[in-house]
Amino acid sequence: MEPVLNRRDVVAELLSNRGEAAAIVGLGACVWDAAASGDHPLNFGLWGAMGGAVPMGLGLALAQPRRRIYVITGDGEMLMGLGSLATVIVKRPHNLAIAVIDNEKYGETGMQRTHTAYGVDLSSVALGMGFSVARQVNHSEELRASLKTWQESSGPVFLNIKVKADPLPLVLPPRNGVYLRDRFVKALKSND
Amino acid sequence: MSDSGEHVLVDWPIAVYEELTSLEVSQVSFVPDAGLTQLINLCNADPAIHTIPLTSEEEGIALSAGAWLGGVRSAVLMQSSGVGNIVNMLSLSRTCRFPLFILVTMRGESGEVNEWQVPMGKGAPTILDVSGVNVRRAEKEDQVARLVGQAARTAFTCGKREAVLISQSVIGVKSFNK
Ligand SMILES: Cc1ncc(C[n+]2csc(CCOP(=O)(O)OP(=O)(O)O)c2C)c(N)n1
Ligand SMILES: [Mg+2]
Repeated sequence: MEPVLNRRDVVAELLSNRGEAAAIVGLGACVWDAAASGDHPLNFGLWGAMGGAVPMGLGLALAQPRRRIYVITGDGEMLMGLGSLATVIVKRPHNLAIAVIDNEKYGETGMQRTHTAYGVDLSSVALGMGFSVARQVNHSEELRASLKTWQESSGPVFLNIKVKADPLPLVLPPRNGVYLRDRFVKALKSND
Repeated sequence: MSDSGEHVLVDWPIAVYEELTSLEVSQVSFVPDAGLTQLINLCNADPAIHTIPLTSEEEGIALSAGAWLGGVRSAVLMQSSGVGNIVNMLSLSRTCRFPLFILVTMRGESGEVNEWQVPMGKGAPTILDVSGVNVRRAEKEDQVARLVGQAARTAFTCGKREAVLISQSVIGVKSFNK
């Protein structure tokens, strides 16, 4: 089945009506998608640290239990840190929601096929790990039906969202780590 | 660890636990090492601490960064071979200047009987050093808690990356009954 969803639309939906939610965004095209939806001080976009998006989100979710914490990352980035899904389950943070933007490619490095292109099913992996909600999203109706779950359901929530692998224009957010860090902490404190 | 492989209770874990709690560390993550058993048990028994087993040590480095973003202090515990697993993730701490405190129990040193531990026992201090993590060494039991206090305080208050390595002479040798 050919993916139909456009990743820019998907990430914009995930970050819409976010309230006080904070987002860790994994390296690669997800960072450009998040920037295209509007730069935000509570978006922490990684420009490296492949495999680190979920454990970073876990540390933040445990530290900020009253705030919704999103992790938005690519299939390649998720595959490098699969073990961290098991670590999430040890703590079961109710406020953590993870979305994998699955284009079945290492998009950033030249569109090489990832393991999901060979049939690895990340939502089944998450289900097996013990996530409260773990589902695959293929169409816009399914995405719309999952938004409330993404924003509100008691987690940990895991969505694997199949998207088209079209190359899209780069939209670059700030990349200075200290700047990203300081503006994130400031924004967090201002609506604590 | 005694020669028979049984755990002998020692004092440094209690003193280290007290240092960490006095610094308000409330996330402690680890991949276990026999030498860390007592400290992990103390953290596990403390409801004010999230004690988080990791599948691989690099998760702890990213976890610590996320915790700090959320206003919480974290400590990452590992044996020396775990240092080999964290190298790329340290670029996160370094690039963003996240405070980081790591406690490493050394293997592959004095009297080691498992040759597989030797490469990372030798490599760990240099690898941490070239990755921008300041290394302190506890050669004697009575140095451990003091060094942990110094290193963790520097990490959290000055925003540095700090590790304390506890020598195998303090931890003892895992004997495998041989
Ligand atoms: C440890 C490490 N290995 C390899 C890379 C190179 N790299 C950068 S982005 C990327 C692919 C990311 O793929 P994915 O997460 O699926 O994101 P996409 O761009 O497809 O959305 C890779 C392999 C890296 N940055 N770090
Ligand atoms: Mg991809």
